[in-house]
Amino acid sequence: MKPSLEVAGLDYRYPDGTTALRGVDLHIHRGERVALLGPNGAGKTTLVLHLNGILHGGSGRVRVGGLDVDPSDRARLTEIRRRVGIVFQDPDDQLFMPTVAEDVGFGPANLGVRGAELEARVDEALAAVKMTDHRTHTPHHLSFGQRRRVAVATVLAMRPEILVLDEPSSNLDPASRRELSQILRTLPVTLLMVTHDLPYALELCPRAVILDAGAVVADGPTAEILADADLLGQHRLELPYGFDPALAAAQLR
Amino acid sequence: MAAGHAHPLHLDHDSPVHRLAPEVKILATLLFTIIVVITPRTEFLAFAGYGVLLVVVAALARVRPLWLAKRASIELPFVLLAIALPFAGHGERITWLGLSLSVDGLYGAWNIFIKGTLGVLASLLLAASTTMRDLILGLDRLRCPQVFTQIATFMLRYIDILADDARRMRIARLSRGYDPRFFWQVKAFAVSIGALFLRAFERGERVYLAMLSRGYTGRLPAPEGSGATAAQWAVSATLPLVTAAIAIAAVLR
Repeated sequence: MKPSLEVAGLDYRYPDGTTALRGVDLHIHRGERVALLGPNGAGKTTLVLHLNGILHGGSGRVRVGGLDVDPSDRARLTEIRRRVGIVFQDPDDQLFMPTVAEDVGFGPANLGVRGAELEARVDEALAAVKMTDHRTHTPHHLSFGQRRRVAVATVLAMRPEILVLDEPSSNLDPASRRELSQILRTLPVTLLMVTHDLPYALELCPRAVILDAGAVVADGPTAEILADADLLGQHRLELPYGFDPALAAAQLR
Repeated sequence: MAAGHAHPLHLDHDSPVHRLAPEVKILATLLFTIIVVITPRTEFLAFAGYGVLLVVVAALARVRPLWLAKRASIELPFVLLAIALPFAGHGERITWLGLSLSVDGLYGAWNIFIKGTLGVLASLLLAASTTMRDLILGLDRLRCPQVFTQIATFMLRYIDILADDARRMRIARLSRGYDPRFFWQVKAFAVSIGALFLRAFERGERVYLAMLSRGYTGRLPAPEGSGATAAQWAVSATLPLVTAAIAIAAVLR
């Protein structure tokens, strides 16, 4: 089976000369849930924007479901952007249409889906995040947690190969955070979750990758990575006060 | 639709006028206003007739006169300008209550006052019976260039978020002891307008990236739903037709 995501030797330097990625290698198999950890400025967002070809121009390559990301081929880029569903950190950046249903329909409509099929996609995606009752509402009138769930639906409606979440738990109250994790757990897609929230990573993702200074410095079972205090310390990662990863991992089983 | 809830110009209830498709109402309002504007200013009976027509529409839309009158006060600054005309005008003059008034100026003031009022009332009736969202949809169906309807859609979505940003920034200023009483203290206000602009600009960039990630290629999907029926066009055409009949009858008399 083809892996959902293959990143090999990816380098990137911003136009101002800052090096953001230096030789990133990452393989994610279909159905895996992986946490991408790392301090601020490690290159996590830069890596994410490479996955669907928004940033490009360095050496190395990215393949999604066996298809090379090639920014010069527009038709293929559309397919890549269908396969890689990115949920951005601020749902207000993602939700821009006047109603929830129209926003969820935006992605599939760009892929040429119309009419009854489009309606079905919207219904399915909203049902998956338990937001069906809010389809005619304005995003502005929803709570922050609800907006984040709708943002997940806007990407699910495109039936992605891999769902990429940028800080999914940020600014959520504990109940919304739990509701979101319950929803994410049921989704039948490959998941890459960029986060600083280490307990959330442990709860949702069996595997974790640490990115620091533009390179992958650790890749393994989340419970083992979080238990390695020296490794975390070297890369400016810290567990919340009082959190015991061994105890939490035991509870997960 | 829920989009119009928060807006002071919209009356959220059901009426025969509310049920009409937005495009027929926009066109009827536009034609009505054009006929009002080209009617010669001395045809007093015609203006009375137009007034009666608006009263009928207001009654059908279940808009209370007081509600209309309050919102029509937006016109006052323009009317105040018109008051100067009878004093400043040239030509034949009459004396009224000891004031020497120019006849031509009086006609000029009347012209501005009556045409302005009728136009404002017609627009208010349109706004009262149509949500902002539907207005944009109507313009789109009337083949208004997509650039304009897209800008209006984004404004509609983000104006509340910007207003929230501005309010939070104001509260933060006040919390640090800012108390603008003197003109030279306006600097902090001016600087925060600049900061607000930068925030809006950066958000624009993030929204665009999020749109690209969902396959945006430069065109928004056409809004779903059918347009106006022939019956709706016929019903709404009665307003401009009767208006035109009044105008022609008045001029030929």
